Amino acid sequence: MATPNQLVLRSDVHFQAGKREDILDLWTQNAADAGVNVRYNAEVNQVSGQIGNFSLTLTSGEIVLGETIILALGTQGNPNLMRCDGSTLPHIQYSLDDPAAYVDEHIFVFGGGDAGIENAMGLAADPAQGNIVTLVNRSSELARAKDANIKSILSAQQAGRIAILHETTPSLIEPGFITLNTPQGSQRLACDRVIARLGSPPPRQFVESMGVEFTSESREAFPKLSPTFETTTPGIHVIGALAGYPLIKHCMNQGYDVVEFIAGNTALKPADEPILEAKLKNLPGNRTVAEWLEFLRTEIEILSGLSALNMREFLLDSEVHSFDADEVVFARNSIGSSLFGIADGGVLVQIDPNNAQVTVPISAGSIFGEVGLISGRRRGATIRASVPSIVMEIPRTAALKLMATSPEARAAINRITTERHLLQIFKSGMTPEDLADILATSEVIEVRAGQAIITEGELSNDVFIVRSGSLVVERTIAGNPIFLSYLPAGSYVGEMALIDNAPRNATVKAAVKSQIVKLNGSTFEDLLKRKPKLAATLEASASTRRKINGFIEQEKSKFGSVVDMYSSVAGFLIEQGLGEATDVLLIDEKLCIGCDNCEKACADIHDGLSRLDREAGKTYAQLHVPTSCRHCEHPYCMTDCPANAIHRGPDGEVFIDETCIGCGNCQRNCPYDVIRMDTPPAAKPSLLNWMLFGAGPGPGEPDQKWKLAHKQKGAASAGKVAIKCDMCKGKDGGPACVRACPTGAAIRISPENFLSVTQLGQRR
Amino acid sequence: MSRPPKTNVNRRTRNDHHESFLRHKNFLWLKRAAGLSLIAILGYALIDVRPHPNGGSAYGYTLGILCTGLIIWLMLLGLRKRAMTPGAWSLKAWVSAHVYLGLSLIVLATLHTGFQFGWNVHTLAYVLMMIVIITGIYGVIVYVRLPTALGANRGEVTQKLMVEELVGLDRQLSILARPLTSDLAAIVLVSVDPKNIAGGVWRRMTNQHPNCKTRAALDQLARAVPSATDAPILAEIQTLLDRKASVLKMVRTHIQIRSLLVAWLYIHVPATFGLLAALTAHVVSVFFYW
Ligand code: HEM
Repeated sequence: MATPNQLVLRSDVHFQAGKREDILDLWTQNAADAGVNVRYNAEVNQVSGQIGNFSLTLTSGEIVLGETIILALGTQGNPNLMRCDGSTLPHIQYSLDDPAAYVDEHIFVFGGGDAGIENAMGLAADPAQGNIVTLVNRSSELARAKDANIKSILSAQQAGRIAILHETTPSLIEPGFITLNTPQGSQRLACDRVIARLGSPPPRQFVESMGVEFTSESREAFPKLSPTFETTTPGIHVIGALAGYPLIKHCMNQGYDVVEFIAGNTALKPADEPILEAKLKNLPGNRTVAEWLEFLRTEIEILSGLSALNMREFLLDSEVHSFDADEVVFARNSIGSSLFGIADGGVLVQIDPNNAQVTVPISAGSIFGEVGLISGRRRGATIRASVPSIVMEIPRTAALKLMATSPEARAAINRITTERHLLQIFKSGMTPEDLADILATSEVIEVRAGQAIITEGELSNDVFIVRSGSLVVERTIAGNPIFLSYLPAGSYVGEMALIDNAPRNATVKAAVKSQIVKLNGSTFEDLLKRKPKLAATLEASASTRRKINGFIEQEKSKFGSVVDMYSSVAGFLIEQGLGEATDVLLIDEKLCIGCDNCEKACADIHDGLSRLDREAGKTYAQLHVPTSCRHCEHPYCMTDCPANAIHRGPDGEVFIDETCIGCGNCQRNCPYDVIRMDTPPAAKPSLLNWMLFGAGPGPGEPDQKWKLAHKQKGAASAGKVAIKCDMCKGKDGGPACVRACPTGAAIRISPENFLSVTQLGQRR
Repeated sequence: MSRPPKTNVNRRTRNDHHESFLRHKNFLWLKRAAGLSLIAILGYALIDVRPHPNGGSAYGYTLGILCTGLIIWLMLLGLRKRAMTPGAWSLKAWVSAHVYLGLSLIVLATLHTGFQFGWNVHTLAYVLMMIVIITGIYGVIVYVRLPTALGANRGEVTQKLMVEELVGLDRQLSILARPLTSDLAAIVLVSVDPKNIAGGVWRRMTNQHPNCKTRAALDQLARAVPSATDAPILAEIQTLLDRKASVLKMVRTHIQIRSLLVAWLYIHVPATFGLLAALTAHVVSVFFYW
């Protein structure tokens, strides 16, 4: 990614990353030196007029005139302020950067929204900090917040860790005390700190009131901008986060550029021009930067919806390569998750790893490498250029952003993925042309966990492909739903009704939130008639399924309770999210002696921090699912990693590499709570040293005290990083938790095997 | 049961084997240990040592060296358990081998003695070894019998949560007790004692807590005659105390089972070190004075 470091700062105002206060001081000084007029406490309420003659009405009623306007409002808006006596005291703050920074304080958090709840929970999370935290809510219920947040704060309240005051407002803040109006009357309480999270009005409404149009209705949309950052209202420009550039250096340069444009310097090239020039310098074709941008945008289908400005930013993140005929773009099994778009030429996908002659062509305008967007697995096939080609490589994060912001790009990528997915599943000598009809009638549907796509007994004949997530197949036997099988992403289901021409013989529902591609039954039937080879493949797989179903039914009549047990355990595991797992740690409570050797081994093999919590988690029929990573099929943690530090390794493990910047996004995105943010402690004295001389804390994760006393050398800069299970990647013995279990209680399983009928009646 | 048909879902080959340490690899180490013992017995029966079977014969030496080697290897489990070194070993396999090879010592070492016992360091080593083995057998029994109870008792509550809940209850109790008359408040506050959970070793293992302060507070409150203003508060306190009593019961059972699961090691391991000392003495004396 183009870091702002490589960006030269054009602005006359200086910038050096550092403490907020220092930066602000510097800017105040620079602005004064440059003779800029700054009006403090001037909140603009309304803007009217047009270019050359704008008038800004301030809250004070005063009117300021201007010829042009540059908006640098950011996206956060201004926080709503505390309104009571004493509300300007310094111990009132409107944000909370590090909840761990406060100890033994009486803290009042105002605001019953997510921000307030999360701050309050953060401050009370560690009882050792000794904070007494009270959440103050103006209304009678916490209605605005997310369900999960409400649940967690209510349980914290029940456990006595947090107090919540409803229908309460502040009336006076003094150093050391706060006076509140509660339904029971006025109360004066000890208070060392006030954190106000009362929301902030988004600036969009205000910006729109000036006649500025946005690119879409979506909350994340930005104003429509020209290459000179001018909005749809001539004379009003937008820079910074509100324009989509949250980095300070970007914003400062944009300010400089816009002022130059307004002052008439139209020949000025954008600050990133040299970077782009350098990127494109070695490519054939002799195009200018502007020509290149336009060429890429028009040639590569998925980029067609972008504006010139978007395109610039996009290219900053991406690389453009040229390849000679036969040159390898990437090799099978190489690591990489970027997406490629072909601007010129074409490539060949080598589908048979052993025979370079068996290939499928992809032509200019299309994309490849899209599988990396979903799974981050190693490359599945070697790809080489068929003729001299120009290819744009888009990093995964940039591509995901593209999909999120451009509906055209999303549709195109989805269509291409489905087509390739079908070709892969149905092999049997199919060509994209064969699939054209099917694709035209196919649709991608999102199903929630538990939602049925096929119901037993129903007359329908659509075929479904699991694109992400997973499905379970159930059948009612003797009045009870019995779990038949588990279908991970990549499988298909529904072909049996088509082949047998019979009503559905089982119910299929989503195990977790899933994306399913629905193929029209009749169109599919036509395809089968045309392709007898495909029909034979499907018939073979259907007959396996029939056999399994028959087996379960026969077992059920003989060993009813065993089958019920199997079925209910499967149901429990699915409920625990195993439906989207690829590899899970389970603990057999019939064997677990609670020695925590699994946790200790985990900590010892991974620089001192355990990545699993054995005791936590749900249990059913003596099968315990501890809090530990399941290596999801589609990892939530990967979805929003700004450093792109989360990958999937060769054995399917999802791991975080050392480029983690500690932002905590993955921890927040993980629904299973298996990621922790922490600083690895210093190395411990050796085991023998401990055994013989009692040196160090012994095996396992050192306690908090030892960790604090023995900070890692050079830890001044070592902040918290995200830590999660990596399945002991690269250790030939396999996961340490399982290896270190003395009794065999800890096992790692992959759901498709564990949930298969072969497990039925296995003894432990 | 008949064999289920093979499924066609198989993207990643791996085995999801699930066997306890006793069944590990279909009783591989039981079979090996039994084989070893059988050979030793056969040897004992076939090799005619004169005047009387003893540790000093060639056969006796062989057995002696084997037993010493085994004992040293058995002791190494203590290291193996704590050292997460690379490699493909599994602690379960080690424990499995430990148990069965340890048991085979009953046969091997007894044959090594040639049934010559007396009041000397040699027999001391033998006795200590038997103590280690018997405690080991007891250990296996607890490992097999107690885990289910451990899981069933705690349900889905973790030890950390139990303690947190107790702290929370104590906090609520102290707050609620504030407006009460001082003698009533004193009764309630009796139960607020973070140290009154598990008690000493004996208490932990037997799970008998005759001076449980929460019980005491509950009993005294049952006899108290509160005023009209105190009565509703007391009712609330009663509920909290009942809750606390049931959490305490869970914590104490939890601690009891966990203690029982490790207590035997406090004999097994020290006796092992005793054995090591006695064994050394035995070997040294044999070489110098026999
Ligand atoms: C002379 C024979 C034996 C010696 C020297 C010996 C020694 C040891 C040692 C040093 C440990 C490690 C304890 C720790 O560090 O926590 C141990 C653990 C253990 N021993 Fe033995 N042992 C012997 C025989 C046996 C026998 C016969 C059995 C069972 C029938 C047995 C069962 C166990 C078990 C179950 C453990 C605990 C393993 C664990 O939790 O990781 N031992 N033994």
